[in-house]
Amino acid sequence: MAKIKYIEHNGKEHVVDVKPGMSVMEGAVKNLIPGIDADCGGACACATCHVYVGQEWLSKIEPMQEMEKTMLDFAEGVEGNSRLSCQIKVTDALDGLTVKMPKSQH
Amino acid sequence: MTDSLLIVGAGQAASQLIASLRQDGFAGAITLVGEEAYIPYQRPPLSKAFLAGELARERLFIKPEEFYAEAKVTLHLNTRATAIDRARKVVTLEGGNELGYTALALTTGSRVRKLPLPGAELPGCYYLRGIADVELLQDKLKAGNRVAIIGAGYIGLEVAAVAAKHKLKVTVLEALPRVMARAACTELSAFYEEQHRKAGVDIRCNTKLEAIEKHGSALAIKTSGGIVEADFVLIGIGIVPNVELASAAGLKVDNGIVVDDHARTQDPAIYSIGDCTNLPCTYSTTGRIRLESVQNAIDQAKHAALSLMGKPKAYNEVPWFWSDQYDLKLQIAGLGDPGDQIVLRGDPTSRSFAAFRLRGGVVAAVEAVNAAPEYMMGRRLIAARAKVAPERLADKTIPMKDMA
Ligand SMILES: Cc1cc2nc3c(=O)[nH]c(=O)nc-3n(C[C@H](O)[C@H](O)[C@H](O)COP(=O)(O)OP(=O)(O)OC[C@H]3O[C@@H](n4cnc5c(N)ncnc54)[C@H](O)[C@@H]3O)c2cc1C
Ligand code: FES
Repeated sequence: MAKIKYIEHNGKEHVVDVKPGMSVMEGAVKNLIPGIDADCGGACACATCHVYVGQEWLSKIEPMQEMEKTMLDFAEGVEGNSRLSCQIKVTDALDGLTVKMPKSQH
Repeated sequence: MTDSLLIVGAGQAASQLIASLRQDGFAGAITLVGEEAYIPYQRPPLSKAFLAGELARERLFIKPEEFYAEAKVTLHLNTRATAIDRARKVVTLEGGNELGYTALALTTGSRVRKLPLPGAELPGCYYLRGIADVELLQDKLKAGNRVAIIGAGYIGLEVAAVAAKHKLKVTVLEALPRVMARAACTELSAFYEEQHRKAGVDIRCNTKLEAIEKHGSALAIKTSGGIVEADFVLIGIGIVPNVELASAAGLKVDNGIVVDDHARTQDPAIYSIGDCTNLPCTYSTTGRIRLESVQNAIDQAKHAALSLMGKPKAYNEVPWFWSDQYDLKLQIAGLGDPGDQIVLRGDPTSRSFAAFRLRGGVVAAVEAVNAAPEYMMGRRLIAARAKVAPERLADKTIPMKDMA
């Protein structure tokens, strides 16, 4: 299990255990944490699962594939630490990961 | 204010309606009636990762069970609604129980179209719509098995891709001259046909079916192009909207339950959302359409929620859809029409390209293969009804971001 801290745009924090193999997006949805829409259910087709990843974690998570990179390019409010949370697979090494949700997913 | 909402049909649209309403502070009671044994789940993986055995069943559910408890939804699963009495505002359930409502949402989705062919009822012939269907198929997915897929639409081709990856011998039988004829342009059809052929799939277009017969422990499909032998058959020839409850209750039905751009039927107490509806659509040349997509189920549900909350906003989102076959992600936005001018951007042999559809010079649709910028920017251009010169769209040296 990896502990992941999700921070809503309004600052509200949720710390939950997520099973390795699930995505960071699924960790939020399964734990009823608001702020991630995930319309396409993780197919990397909608860009409504955008999160900002804690800077110190950027180097520890798998790098982006081309599809994620280009989908993100067209999302709102993208920063250097933006990711699509459905494309981040949870592993034990991500124990302690912090992600923040954007103001809106649309 | 609505004090009790009854939702019939526990799928993609229903789960979004509940989520949007509770998020907006809807205080009324919510009851959800669903015929299947499951809480709402996603269907797209059924012909993709779930079929391939790469996704555990629990990951199909759109929201976890606790979501419905937390949202105070009374669940009646394994329960079919059989009638609506609009005068008494009551829905009858299988077995005779009745549930009252002040507002009713029909989110009954669609069911597979049955193949009207002698032998199509034989054991060994399958369809694909729900979890139960996939569970029947999964143990047939063994290397060396022969599968005949009837219908070269998205579902048929996605199953063909999964089966080819599992080293089955795959034959696809299609009546029309090309694959994905209903939703894709000819350029895209040709590209996908070639990709499947390269993966060893035998694609036979222009093929008329005569009968399916038992042949020892296998099946023989008699076609205009000869006999195809298979260990099992998968039929994917489209869907039929579940409109019977609505039409029996006297609601207007015309290729779907007729709704306005707030998902309202002509009865002010009854909404309808998702695959089962026929809705106004400004992106369609006919002005109305029935859509079969996650996007429509989600967006229409959001607008129904706004209307139920007394904050109505007309639904006018650009339709979008995706399909995964092999390592190819197809993303489509907008709606095609046979008269469209097709503009290709990128070279299909690079396996990353897009076909734009222009209608009167306006970007009307995009079909993008492994080409997210074309798809994402295309969606914006379609929504803005933007005019873009075909030479510019086709010019890969101009980034998509500069097309606006
Ligand atoms: C194999 C497959 C792959 C797909 N792939 C994609 C894809 O890649 N991208 C995409 O955008 N879309 C895809 N779709 C389409 C998408 O899944 C549907 O458009 C979406 O599920 C529609 O949601 P819905 O809520 O309208 O209907 P559904 O999700 O079908 O839900 C309707 C529910 O209502 C129930 N019901 C019906 N009548 C009654 C009754 N009288 N009483 C009680 N319950 C009833 C049904 O049993 C069903 O559970 C796919 C569909 C399938 C089958
Ligand atoms: S859930 Fe759609 S892109 Fe992540």
